[in-house]
Amino acid sequence: MLIPPPPNHPRPLPAGEPRLQLLNISKRYPGVLANDQVSLNVMPGEIHAVLGENGAGKSTLMKIIYGAVQADSGQIQWNGREVSIANPAVARELGIGMVFQHFQLFETLNVTENIALALPPDTDLKTLAVRVREVSEKYGLPLDPERLVHALSVGERQRVEIVRCLLQNPQLLILDEPTSVLTPQAVRKLFETLRKLASEGVSILYISHKLHEIQALCDRATVMRGGCVTGGANPRQESTASLARMMIGRDLPVCHAPVYAGEVKAALEIDSISRPKDDPFGVTLEDISLTVNSGEVVGIAGISGNGQAELLAALSGESTGRSDSVRIAGLPVGHLHAGQRRDRGLSFVPEERLGRGAVPSMSLTQNAMLTAHRQPGLSRFGLLDFKAARDFALRCIERFDVRCNGPQAAARSLSGGNLQKFIVGREIMQAPKVMIVAQPTWGVDVGAAATLRQTLLDLSREGVGVLVVSEELEELFEICDRIAVLAGGRLSAAMPRNETNAEQIGLLMAGQAAAASV
Amino acid sequence: MIEHLIPVLIGTLAAATPLIFAGLGELVTEKSGVINLGVEGMMLIGAVAGFGAALHWGLFAGFVAGALAGALAALPFALLTLSLGANQAASGLALTIFGSGLSAFVGQYLVSESLPGLQPWPIPGLSAIPVLGPIFFNQTVVVYLSYAAAIFVTWVLAKTRWGLVLRAVGESPEAAHTIGYPVTSIRYAAVCFGGAMAGIAGAYLSTVYTPLWVQNMTAGRGWIAVALVVFATWKPLRLLLGAYLFGGMTILQLHAQGLGVDLPSQLLSAIPYVATIVVLVLISRDRALLQLNLPASLGKPFIPGG
Repeated sequence: MLIPPPPNHPRPLPAGEPRLQLLNISKRYPGVLANDQVSLNVMPGEIHAVLGENGAGKSTLMKIIYGAVQADSGQIQWNGREVSIANPAVARELGIGMVFQHFQLFETLNVTENIALALPPDTDLKTLAVRVREVSEKYGLPLDPERLVHALSVGERQRVEIVRCLLQNPQLLILDEPTSVLTPQAVRKLFETLRKLASEGVSILYISHKLHEIQALCDRATVMRGGCVTGGANPRQESTASLARMMIGRDLPVCHAPVYAGEVKAALEIDSISRPKDDPFGVTLEDISLTVNSGEVVGIAGISGNGQAELLAALSGESTGRSDSVRIAGLPVGHLHAGQRRDRGLSFVPEERLGRGAVPSMSLTQNAMLTAHRQPGLSRFGLLDFKAARDFALRCIERFDVRCNGPQAAARSLSGGNLQKFIVGREIMQAPKVMIVAQPTWGVDVGAAATLRQTLLDLSREGVGVLVVSEELEELFEICDRIAVLAGGRLSAAMPRNETNAEQIGLLMAGQAAAASV
Repeated sequence: MIEHLIPVLIGTLAAATPLIFAGLGELVTEKSGVINLGVEGMMLIGAVAGFGAALHWGLFAGFVAGALAGALAALPFALLTLSLGANQAASGLALTIFGSGLSAFVGQYLVSESLPGLQPWPIPGLSAIPVLGPIFFNQTVVVYLSYAAAIFVTWVLAKTRWGLVLRAVGESPEAAHTIGYPVTSIRYAAVCFGGAMAGIAGAYLSTVYTPLWVQNMTAGRGWIAVALVVFATWKPLRLLLGAYLFGGMTILQLHAQGLGVDLPSQLLSAIPYVATIVVLVLISRDRALLQLNLPASLGKPFIPGG
């Protein structure tokens, strides 16, 4: 029975010696140089940010440090000595822990079992449960060791990952985009924990693309772009704009929202949808009502897993119910399936681009036809007109600036941002009355994300009702006229953007409706 | 009344034993995320190997040979599906066809032979309990071993580190790999265990239950074992119940045939299969239970990447 001591006595180092030093690390994947001569060092007790866009090579670099990926060339020095990290077990042995962006947890096992899997084989589960409780309380990460992971919220799952690392007595903790699933309040709590760890000598590598977080938390930042290190900085002495320039190579694009002058009428009405969950891992929807008017963008904030998937299925028509539970421009459609709702003016862009928004192996032309076949001129006597379809795809590519090898390119060959532009474009070209978009800019680079947001804003100002479901609060505050919060299967009232703030939305996201209304 | 039922119930346990062994093996295989539809084939290979070995070297050697042959038969399946990423369903079906053919080919030299079988070994004390004693504790050693195997597998899955790792691999091979577990090796072990257990089940059929070799003598029991695992929602003790249900129906329909019930014998022989499936479908309709116990990666190939 061997439980590691609490992580407050990392090995002493000579003053000024870095804990981790990377020298000229390179890693090539077929077609991309993910890391090009990357060098980086992290001091003991330092919170070091690695800043960069999606695809800048941050995640690859972290996987190399954690032993999940092997570098093609370069050197890793750990506490002043060259090491080769062949697999994650070696990394853990050295004292490197990692909290993954996509949690590496087992849903049908309980918290203690999940943690035990990452500890030495002779760990006793009963003693461990006690230790889990102790450590989680000490660092302000309360956890019930007996609960099954599938019953935990996303924030709680992240705590499991962090506590799992802490029990391994780490000297270096890597966190990959840890705040993407947290409420603003939970982010503050996490930062407190990280500062406490750093004060005990643990080094922290903090991967993010959120500039204000890095400014609030980190001592030093290494900025990456296109696989290379483009600079180092003290984030507290830089402005958001200067950090952004380092990160994307130009100024951060801004959206502008003109005032809608047209006639305001209800475009999408949701009337008290209640739906029991049909999957034990699902969420029950409770009495959800919302109206989206023409000419406005309404946002639904909240962390995925709070009924987002269920609500989107009820709106898109993947699941049906009472006929008047959903109305499009006054027409009851709640009993109709997805295709029939599209016939009546609904457009829907799902969260999963590959697999639901588009078929990966099909060409863009074919993908365009999957929803646009109902447009006049694209089919005759029930047969597709492929010349017209190709023209349609070509117009979509040109109008929405989709970078690809033409309409015959397979959907999977496009980057996330370009594919999303194509999918959104395909829907907009069908002149919808209502547009529903889930996570419009998830995994999309900053430039494309700004274009997509502006596209949605412009669409709404043409008189379309736009509903955006997103986890990114900043995005919602940028483009939405009103914001509602979906938490635990209940939807809050939609509040005008200038009458609310991230703090209040955050409380609602955590399910504290009472606290938020005060 | 009860004295007429006791012989039926005694027979039930014997008839259920091969399903328990094969089912437990498949359960462990599936818990690792691999579905092996070759159970029928592995049972046949185990049956013929066990029978041949028992003829020459005795019953114990027969069971050892059955287990080894079953595990060996599972190896090519493991190689195809785990190392080469082949489709598990198709590879499993191929294994069943291969096992049926191979056992028939080897078995043609054994058709005229027969074995003495195995006498019941009453457990002193326990076998004297009225009603339950003769049913549960006046059986052959192999039946006792089937109880032990069920308890052992339950214990390993629920309480031990091995069980924990196995469940973890079955649920998310990606996460298990990221944490640093050798997913492929663990699955190899689980598949070979499944093969060995199917081999033991086959050896029991040919050396104790019948006891002689007949071509395709497993008569679909391998398939029932696969079905039992799913309907038992991957819980060993439920699997035991399912196996007894099947065993009971088998013996009942034999008695019915003996009593001259006016139904075609083919129809009566089908009853255990139909009844088992119907009952198990009814009791396993709880989706929550299914979801919690279903190995989430079941049937999906996992090849660790760089």
